[in-house]
Amino acid sequence: MILVQFLTGLASAASLFLVAAGLSIIFGVTRIVNFAHGSFYMLGAYIAYSLVQRLGGGPLGFWGAVLLAALAVGAIGVVVEVLVLRRIYRAPELFQLLATFGVVLVVQDLSQWIWGPEDLLGPRAPGLDGAVQIFGEYLPEYDLALIALSPLVLGGLWLLFHRTRWGTLVRAATQDREMVAALGVNQAWLFTSVFFLGAFLAGLGGAAQLPKGGADLLIDLNIIAAAFVVVVVGGMGSITGAFLAAVLIGELNAFGILVFPEITLVLMFLVMAVVLVIRPWGLMGKPETPGHARAGPAEPLLAPAGRHHRWAWLALLAVLLVLPAVAGDFTLVLAMEILIAALFAYSLHFIMGPGGMVSFGHAAYFGLGAYGAALLVHHLAVPMELALVAGPVLAGFGALLFGWFCVRLSGVYFAMLTLAFAQITWSVAFQWYGFTGGDDGLLGVWPAEWASARAAYYYLVLVLTAGGILFLRGTIFARFGYAIRAGRDSPLRADAIGIDVQRHQWMAFALAGILAGLAGALYAFSKGSVFPDELSIPRSVDALVMVLLGGVQTLSGPLFGAAAFTWLQDTISRLEFWRLILGITIIVLVVLFPQGLGGVFRQVEERLRGGAAEAERAP
Amino acid sequence: MSTLEVQGLAKAFGGVQAVDGVSFALAEGELLAMIGPNGAGKSTCFNMLNGQLRPDEGSIRFRGRELAGLAPRRVWRLGIGRTFQITATFASMTVLENVQMGLISHRRGFSGLLGRAGALYREEAAALLARVGMTEQAERACGVLAYGDLKRVELAVALSNDPGLLLMDEPTAGMAPAERVELMGLTAAIVRERGIAVLFTEHDMDVVFAHADRIIVLNRGALVAQGSPAEVRDDARVREIYLGSAAAGAGAS
Ligand SMILES: Nc1ncnc2c1ncn2[C@@H]1O[C@H](COP(=O)(O)OP(=O)(O)OP(=O)(O)O)[C@@H](O)[C@H]1O
Ligand SMILES: [Mg+2]
Repeated sequence: MILVQFLTGLASAASLFLVAAGLSIIFGVTRIVNFAHGSFYMLGAYIAYSLVQRLGGGPLGFWGAVLLAALAVGAIGVVVEVLVLRRIYRAPELFQLLATFGVVLVVQDLSQWIWGPEDLLGPRAPGLDGAVQIFGEYLPEYDLALIALSPLVLGGLWLLFHRTRWGTLVRAATQDREMVAALGVNQAWLFTSVFFLGAFLAGLGGAAQLPKGGADLLIDLNIIAAAFVVVVVGGMGSITGAFLAAVLIGELNAFGILVFPEITLVLMFLVMAVVLVIRPWGLMGKPETPGHARAGPAEPLLAPAGRHHRWAWLALLAVLLVLPAVAGDFTLVLAMEILIAALFAYSLHFIMGPGGMVSFGHAAYFGLGAYGAALLVHHLAVPMELALVAGPVLAGFGALLFGWFCVRLSGVYFAMLTLAFAQITWSVAFQWYGFTGGDDGLLGVWPAEWASARAAYYYLVLVLTAGGILFLRGTIFARFGYAIRAGRDSPLRADAIGIDVQRHQWMAFALAGILAGLAGALYAFSKGSVFPDELSIPRSVDALVMVLLGGVQTLSGPLFGAAAFTWLQDTISRLEFWRLILGITIIVLVVLFPQGLGGVFRQVEERLRGGAAEAERAP
Repeated sequence: MSTLEVQGLAKAFGGVQAVDGVSFALAEGELLAMIGPNGAGKSTCFNMLNGQLRPDEGSIRFRGRELAGLAPRRVWRLGIGRTFQITATFASMTVLENVQMGLISHRRGFSGLLGRAGALYREEAAALLARVGMTEQAERACGVLAYGDLKRVELAVALSNDPGLLLMDEPTAGMAPAERVELMGLTAAIVRERGIAVLFTEHDMDVVFAHADRIIVLNRGALVAQGSPAEVRDDARVREIYLGSAAAGAGAS
């Protein structure tokens, strides 16, 4: 039994390893964390499915389909690299991640269009559709093939990297990009070929697991979150590390099912936690050398709102106050959504802007707030007032717990870990049917009697969101806000004047979690229900897009970003291919304005003011 | 009692013994220069003193308290200020705010969520800036200052916790020769009036001989000579080290 379970774990590690290895190789050379790697994996599965149907289910047809699918995905990777990524290698990491997320959205809608929304059952592998008996237990024969696959690929990659000129170049580029450029190697070609290899591996992983897992539209984000965990645990850029971590995670899942069938991911979380405490840079990774200065454009000065800006804010508040008297239901609902989105965006902006920590999993705390409130109402029938407090408190505890690990990392590692935690939270909500209602969500989360009229609830939302936003703004200019800004500007100097940077970042993370949780709890009561979507990666990305639309470096940005984005989404989500449209919009925005819309506005403003850049203060 | 007492300090990187059993002491208000050719172990020594590196062996006592293994922020809290070889300031804050940060940290800490931090200790910060000659630039962003001015800001920040000791790793690196002597002269004047002890490393011998009370010489991780400027100038081994390695002459490197 133990042996069979162990082998099952090894088999499930195979596709995880392939995806993580591809991710790692691409990152090593191009320094891009490819969010779309899960999409390549999903495409591998779908394309292999179609090819098997076309080529027939014989051994040649099946394995031919797997290989062709992987090659096709490699080619798709090349297209993505040439069309999108090549233009943004110099853009800030955040924008690169966002652009690849745009690719995720595009691939999702195209896949749904081509292969339909239903889950597809994978074909059986010819000749391997039986089971072998081991100590009286049965193990599918195909698992043996998968078990053999990882070491084969690992060996193949080793040969490729150590025995070919191309491999030597890739290793050199991983060590030092400038050096390769200096050697006169055609860098564009090297990057494209690396992308081909990475996408090929992901496609192979997706195609190879087809007989076991089939193909559906959720596997892209599921596998990418797992692959991020593997890469963080194994150590970024280390293929052997990816292999070890994939096996570790695969085994955990295999044995976790026996011990803790409802929430296997909790185990994954625990292991990741242990590894990161002992080796923050992963099992086989190297410690990051602390940079002296951060790359990217210099941060502008930050100053409290001047008199004009203050009047503008008051005018806006006045309009919002009289809105119920003049506007219809539709406008009021939209305004509520915008206010909630704005608080959510401000809470993310707080850690991203002044804190310099880009979270890709901020929806976890929005969702925890929503679920915290909804679960209490659903299971214990507590009154709304209490639930509105309990939701943010739960979110705060979640942020304290996850944040403790996240603040030990920085940059893309931080982003990947926040995303992994969010996906784990999502999985718990999704899988734990008995408690959270799983996919069906929790219904009947309505406001208290006194707040049940639309206008009444609107005022409640207005007071709490405006209060939350003002509180965050105030904090930015209080001592605490200065301390986290100091940690972002120069960790070295901050430490040298007595600031415990990590501790302040941790507290900022928790504070942002609490306010995101408040937004989530308000959201739950405004909709009367919660679903796992509230915790999902796309919702995290929504918040990112709002902050970026408005500009990270401005304090009014999140509000405008939230308004524009919520309105836009409200409008296009009626359309059939709204993900496709949103994805393309994100890609185009990033490719055209690699410094963000905020940066563009500031440039225009500076030009209008005759280049008085230095006196410029962010509003 | 000495302000700083260093005993048998050692640190190895892999096989390289970067610092090898260094001992010295710093009297109150003394300006001590640490010199030596490139790779002698000066920065490594410094980084152990200010908490960035944990020594393999040895003890560092500041006013009788052991520093070895403390984090930089704790070292600062004990009353030791520092400047960096490559300046490190908060680019999104004004010059004045940078100094206020040091003062806030020293007097109240940073846990306040309410109130305007920008209004705290403005006069004290302005006074420190006046002392280093930066009054006119007080409201400018640190991100746009000239290098020499950044060095002055760093000095003002380093003074903000009323330190008993200043650690300055190559305080004049990257500056024009005339500016170097001037900045070190300013530093010397300030620390003399406040009775602050200073340990600094420096490649520019003009600066060293103009301002140091005493000099210690490091070579290949070991202390090879110490004494007054005149004694060190006449020391045969020091001459050999400096003349023997042609690259590390008296000039800049
Ligand atoms: N982080 C490190 N890892 C490995 N070796 C190091 C490290 N830091 C310093 N070394 C080595 O330790 C020795 C001493 O270096 P250190 O930087 O302390 O010299 P230095 O006297 O400050 O030189 P310079 O005058 O060039 O600044 C050198 O051989 C250097 O290569
Ligand atoms: Mg040095």
